[in-house]
Amino acid sequence: MSDFVVEMNNVRKSFRKTEALCGLNLQVPAGSIYGLLGRNGAGKTTAIKLLMGMLKADSGDARVFGLPVADTAEGIEIRRRIGFVAEEKELYPYMTVDQMIRFTRPFFQKWRKDLEQRYLKMFDLPSDRKIPKLSKGMRSKLMLLLALCRGAELLILDEPMEGLDPSANEDVLRELVDLAAAEGTTIFFSSHQIADVEQIADRVSIIDHGVSLLADRLDAMKDRYQRIQIVFPDGVPSSIQWVDGVEQLRQDGRMVSILAGRNQEAILAQGRSFPGASVESFPLTLKEIFLGHVGSH
Amino acid sequence: MLFRLNHNSGVPVYIQLMEQVKHAVAIGALRPGDQLPTIRNLAGDLVINPNTVVRVYRELEHDKIIELKHGSGAFISESAAERRQEIRKGQKVVQSAMEKLKSLGLGEEEIRRLVENELASLHGESEDSYE
Repeated sequence: MSDFVVEMNNVRKSFRKTEALCGLNLQVPAGSIYGLLGRNGAGKTTAIKLLMGMLKADSGDARVFGLPVADTAEGIEIRRRIGFVAEEKELYPYMTVDQMIRFTRPFFQKWRKDLEQRYLKMFDLPSDRKIPKLSKGMRSKLMLLLALCRGAELLILDEPMEGLDPSANEDVLRELVDLAAAEGTTIFFSSHQIADVEQIADRVSIIDHGVSLLADRLDAMKDRYQRIQIVFPDGVPSSIQWVDGVEQLRQDGRMVSILAGRNQEAILAQGRSFPGASVESFPLTLKEIFLGHVGSH
Repeated sequence: MLFRLNHNSGVPVYIQLMEQVKHAVAIGALRPGDQLPTIRNLAGDLVINPNTVVRVYRELEHDKIIELKHGSGAFISESAAERRQEIRKGQKVVQSAMEKLKSLGLGEEEIRRLVENELASLHGESEDSYE
């Protein structure tokens, strides 16, 4: 039995002629808060739907709790142990908030009545309002309530904070952190909000065009990546052969700006070896690391 | 709580938190025997990953700043305050360096840049020594 709650090995999935996943690898350890980052169309939602058994992979191996998600019988067992928020925040339109909760509750033996009461109050959800009349933020809150109260071992959340105001957003982050700390719940979530991922995730994967470009502990990523700026007062020498580790290089007048992924000391030393050059290095935020890998639009 | 984190600085949160605990000890805000919050409470207060708090406590224990007592939590260790002596000495070194820098006519921002620059290269070197 592996230590990974979620595992994907070389998973491929195409829709007609579009390749959504091109050999995706993912390993989510038990007890981690794992953030999946990527641009629109990077393959985040496809990966999540595969894990939830809503899509079938063309090839490769996807497992949750060590069980193959492609197997129908195992799929039911897997889904009983997961709390899920889908990207489309769709629920039964003819139900009210209260009906939706009462409808969902009996399916889950470990339903947390205490959390239900807590979230109802915290999220300030109008219990007799029909679902189509809820705002986007309220729908996100209701879906989070339904997912978090299941007593699940694993939460799979696709853009869970969509439409939330900053204070509700912080409330949700705090509840997720508390579930991880108090119950050891594993949380796997995708988000456009890099700041949310940076705040609570301990592991991050950056995916683009259906593959994982970078996956590591967030601490390790930040330790490893640096921006190095070198100013050459007499102009940048024309032919510098930079040592290994330079992942991106931008020249702006007399200044060279380098995104370094490893070997920083050698790069810094190389910069300092030029007489008169001034060399500085800065830590990078997750956003800068992300943009360094997938580029901006 | 006396800890404040900056999520936009690029400095890993565990480093920020470790430094703040050490600083709190150095200035006497935390004293030997004082108890630190539980992992769950500190993660919840700061809204950060509980594993980050675990790492901070483990590394602080390794540095002999705190003692982890099974079941009862994290406490500032007796030996942590020994550093206060060295910190005080260090403070004097910095004060006299500041006097000299000011006498050279350097402004506050210029001094800050110089210090940060030196710290950055120091950080890189010490990191290298682990490898």
